[in-house]
Amino acid sequence: MLSFRLATPQQPSWDDYFAHRAETTRDGRLARFYGEGSLHPDTPIGEAPLVALDLETTGLDARRHDIVSVGIVPFTLDRIALPKRRYWVVRPRRPLEAASVAFHRITHDEIADAPRFEAILETLLEQLAGRLVVVHFRHIERPFLNAAVHEAVGEEFKFPMIDTMSIEAQRYRQTAWARLRRWLGRPSVSIRLHNSRARYGLPGYQGHHALVDALATAELFQAQVARHYSPQAPVSTFWR
Amino acid sequence: MEVEILEIRDHMGRHPPFEALSDDLLDEVASQVEVSYFRAGTDILAFGDPLEELLYIRSGAVEIFRRSGELYNRLVEGDIFGQFSLLRDRRVRFPARALEDTLIYFLPAAVFEKLCEQDEAFADFVELEKPRLKAAVEAQDKSNELMLTRVRKLLTRAPVMAEYSDTVQQVAKRMQDASATAALIVRQSDDESQRTYTDRNGMRWYLVGILTDQDLRNRVLAEGLSSSVAVSEVVTENIICIQSDESVHEAMLAMLRSNVHHLPVLHRRTPVGILHLSDIIRYETHNSLYLVNNIFNQPSVEGLARLKPDVRSAFIHMVNEGANSQMVGRAMTTIGRSFTRRLLELAEEDLGPPPVPYCFMALGSMARNEQSLVTDQDNALVLDDRFDPAQHDAYFAELAKRISDGLAACGYSYCKGDVMATNSRWRQPLRVWKDYFKEWIVHPNPEHLLHSSIFFDLDGVYGDEALVEQLQALVAEQAPKSPFFLAALARNALNRTPPLGFFRTFVMEKDGRHKDVINLKRRGTAPFVDLIRVHTLACGSQAQNSFERLDEIAQTQLLPEGTGERIRDALEFISMVRLRHQVLSLEEEREPDNTVEPANVSDTERHHLKDAFQVLSYAQKFLKFRYPVPSRS
Repeated sequence: MLSFRLATPQQPSWDDYFAHRAETTRDGRLARFYGEGSLHPDTPIGEAPLVALDLETTGLDARRHDIVSVGIVPFTLDRIALPKRRYWVVRPRRPLEAASVAFHRITHDEIADAPRFEAILETLLEQLAGRLVVVHFRHIERPFLNAAVHEAVGEEFKFPMIDTMSIEAQRYRQTAWARLRRWLGRPSVSIRLHNSRARYGLPGYQGHHALVDALATAELFQAQVARHYSPQAPVSTFWR
Repeated sequence: MEVEILEIRDHMGRHPPFEALSDDLLDEVASQVEVSYFRAGTDILAFGDPLEELLYIRSGAVEIFRRSGELYNRLVEGDIFGQFSLLRDRRVRFPARALEDTLIYFLPAAVFEKLCEQDEAFADFVELEKPRLKAAVEAQDKSNELMLTRVRKLLTRAPVMAEYSDTVQQVAKRMQDASATAALIVRQSDDESQRTYTDRNGMRWYLVGILTDQDLRNRVLAEGLSSSVAVSEVVTENIICIQSDESVHEAMLAMLRSNVHHLPVLHRRTPVGILHLSDIIRYETHNSLYLVNNIFNQPSVEGLARLKPDVRSAFIHMVNEGANSQMVGRAMTTIGRSFTRRLLELAEEDLGPPPVPYCFMALGSMARNEQSLVTDQDNALVLDDRFDPAQHDAYFAELAKRISDGLAACGYSYCKGDVMATNSRWRQPLRVWKDYFKEWIVHPNPEHLLHSSIFFDLDGVYGDEALVEQLQALVAEQAPKSPFFLAALARNALNRTPPLGFFRTFVMEKDGRHKDVINLKRRGTAPFVDLIRVHTLACGSQAQNSFERLDEIAQTQLLPEGTGERIRDALEFISMVRLRHQVLSLEEEREPDNTVEPANVSDTERHHLKDAFQVLSYAQKFLKFRYPVPSRS
C-alpha cells in the first residue's frame, strides 16, 4: 500500500535516479556511491543490507544550521554490527550556540580540532554505499546531508531512506483508532524515538548522541518489522 | 570510552559475571557486542544450531528449554546464556525462546574465551554451577572465625581517666558522672616504655594503674583516709591489661588467673576501655552452654518454660555470630535434649523410679542433631522386654504425658502426626519395636515408608541407651540387604521436589508457574535429608546427622566422585538461608517459620539458591537410577 504512493508517476524510480547520477556526477566520491546502485525494489527487507544513520545538528533548519556529528551503524534484520560503527564530530561552518550545546552536548573544545564535513565525506559515502539507510525522522537527515554535500561538491545528494518515525506515525497516528482519539481531544501517541522504543519493550538509552541514536534507530526498526511486517516484505514497502 | 559503548558497558558492568571484570576487559566486551531484537514468542536459539556467541539479555525475558522441550530456566535482564554450549561443542544444547520482547547482546566466542582465560571469577561463573556454590559456602565458613569474639566488641564506652595527682574524691566524682565502677590512672611522662602512649592531643602519658569501687571502699573508707588524699596513695599499680583484639575467652581466663573483676583494654598501647566481669557474663548468657547449665538447675516445668526467650536469644546470637548450620543444629539439639532430660528427671523425682528400665528415644531432627528454633517434638519410649502393660503402662503413660506437655510448654509443639510417647503404639518394649522395624523394611507400603523416614533417624536421650542402640544396629544391618525397601524409600524421597529457580522476585516451578513464597524446609532441606537417609541406610551406616552421614557415604562407592561435596554445600547453603530468615523474623518480632519470600533474598543469594536446588534435583534423579526396583524373580 505504500509502494503505490512511491510509484507515483512524477517520481522517477530510485534505480533510474542512481543510474542517472552515476553517469552525470562530476565528483568521484559520488560517482562511486551512486555506481553501487540502489537495491531492487522487490528485495525482501530481511535480505537487505541496512545502515542506521543519525545526525546531530546546531538547529532544525538546514539552510541556517550545520551538522556537528554523524553516527552510523551497519545492520540487517538479524544483527546490528555495532563493532563496525562509525562516529565523527565535524566542525560546523557557523559558531555553536549555547542552546544547541546543551542539546547535543558537543562542546566548543570538541569541535575546535574536528574535521570539516567535507573531510569525512569520502569515508561516509563508502560506508553508506550499497546499503539502505534507516533514520528516525528523515526531514532532518535528508536536507542536512543534501545541504552539506551541496556545500562541499556543489551537487544534489539524495537516496532512499527508511524512516522509523513515519512507520510509527502510520501505525499509531493514522489509524481509525488514532483519529477517534484525536476527535475526542485525547493527546496523540508520541512517536519520538524514545517513546516509540518503549512501545516495543526496548530499553531507554541516553539520547541525543548521533551514535547512540543510530543504534537506537536500528533496534527500533528490527522491532517494528518483527511486530508489524514479515522479513519477506519488499524494501519498496519501507523506503521513501 | 565512547558514549554509545558506555550504555552497554554500564549495563553489563552491573551484572555478574561482568561486574567483577577489570575496566580494560569490560571495555573490550562492550566494544565487541552485536545486538538483535526478538519479539515475544520467537526462537532465539534452536537445538543443534552452531553457536559462536555468548548471549546477554539487555531487556526482556527468555525461556530456556531442555532438548525434550521441558522448561529448564527462565532468565531476565542481565542474565547470560549459551555458555554451556560454548564451552563444549559449540552447538546449541538448550534451545531458547523470547518470553517477552527481548533485546540481546551477542558476545563473540573469541572474547568469551579470553575472559575465561584472564579472569578466574568469570571462568568459575560460567564453567559449572558447583564452584559458585562452593565458594559461597566457604565464604560463610570464613565468618565462623567471628565465633572467637574479640574483646573490643564488648566495650561500650571509653574508660574514665584520671591523673595521678588528682584526689580520690575527684576521681570518685568522675566515676559517678560516668556511672563507671573503675577509672584508669595516668601521669604525664616523657619516657618511652611499654606503658606509655600518646593521646589525640599529642600528650604523652604513662598508665600507672586502676582504681575501682572496691579500692575506694577497702583502701580509703575502711582505712579512714581523707577524701582529699591523692589517688597515687591508693592506686593499684602493676595491672594486668588485655589487647582489644584478644578473644573474650582469653579475657575471662586473665580475670580468673589474677582474680580481678576489671581488665583495662588497650589498642596497642592506648587504653580504649575497661572490661568488667559482668560484661562477660552478660555476653555469655547468650551462650548455649550457659543456657544448658541453666536448664539443669530449674526446679520445675514453669522454670523451664521461662527459659524460652533465652533459647531464642542463644539462637539469634549463634546465627549472627556466623556459626554454620551444623553448629547451630548441634547447639539447638543439645538445648532440646537438655529440656527433655530435665523434664524426665523432674518426672522421675515425682513419680518414683521406673518399674522396668526404659530409654526415651528422640526421632527426626533431634536424633539427627539438626534442630532449629522452629521444631516439633518427635519422640517414643523403648521399654525393657520385661514390660507388662497391665502392671507398668500407667507409669509410662503418665511419664510420657508429662514430658510431652512439658516440651510443649517450653516451645516444642506437639507432633501433628502423633509420633510421641503419649501414643501407646510408640510406647512399647524392645521386641515389639524390633518387629515394627522388620515389618517396615520387609513390607514398604506408603504408611511403613512414612514410619521408616521418621523412626530410622533415632537416638537415645535418657535412660538405658543400649535399648535404642540395638534398634540402630538392627536398621543398619537389615536395610542394606533389602533392595526392595531401598528402592521404595528412594522413590518416597522424591515426593518433595525443589522449584526450578527464580524469575525476577518469584519462585518458578517446573511447570512454569510462579509463586511468591517458598518453604525452604519442604522444598530444600527436607528432601536433601530424605535422600541422604536412603544412601545412609544402603551403606549400613549408623550415623544420624546428615553431614556425618555424608562423610560415611563418602567412604563408599555409592555416589559419583564429587557428588557428596556438592550435596553438602547445597544443603549447608539452603540451611543457612533458612536460619538467617528465621533470625530476621525474630528481630522483626514476627513468628519465625520455614518460608522465605524471594523478594527478600539478595540477587546473589537467589543465584546460589537456584544452584542448590539444581544440585538437589540432580541428586534426586540419581537416586532413582541408583536404587532401581529389583525384579522379584
